[in-house]
Amino acid sequence: MTDQPENPLRDALADAISSNEVILFMKGSPEQPMCGFSARTCAALTATETEFAAVDVLADPRIRQELSSLSNWPTIPQLFVRGELVGGADIVGQMYESGELAAVLGAPATAGSDPLPETAEPGSAPPLQIENRLG
Amino acid sequence: MPTADEVKARIESGIPGAEAEVTSDDNVHFSARVVATEFAGLSLVDQHRLVYAIFGEGELGGSIHALALTTETQ
Repeated sequence: MTDQPENPLRDALADAISSNEVILFMKGSPEQPMCGFSARTCAALTATETEFAAVDVLADPRIRQELSSLSNWPTIPQLFVRGELVGGADIVGQMYESGELAAVLGAPATAGSDPLPETAEPGSAPPLQIENRLG
Repeated sequence: MPTADEVKARIESGIPGAEAEVTSDDNVHFSARVVATEFAGLSLVDQHRLVYAIFGEGELGGSIHALALTTETQ
């Protein structure tokens, strides 16, 4: 790997991941997910009553490219908790059903086996607009 | 467009000893359950990375629009 001193987008992504305890990179917003996988992941987070920051990767194609190179994960959504990649929609769904998600998020593990609601309630945090930091 | 059988063959040749069940209604959206002893000791994230790594840059999200994945060690 070569040093890339000038990469403001990568810096902004790394900063967003480290400064938000729970952050979801998704297509669309929690209010209006643009992909079923993103919608399901939002629904799992909402069902565990977790507040989370959300970034819409569709806002700028460079976000997705840079995120995947940073996280070594090819698909969207991507959930990070305390700076660590927890996984995409499949892993988050699996962990929700096993109750592990609540444990990772530090939420009470009561939601474990409830079926996921069809649609996510709007998240409480406003979306982060990484694209606004692009030059 | 790859078929479910082709995706299954790719996964099984990419991860020695793996057994994959792959389904698809449209040869664009795939669902795979992969069982491999090679997953033992790996986090779910790393298990999925092993499967994703089989497919080339741009293939996931491209010709394979979606790959719903479940991984198990046995």
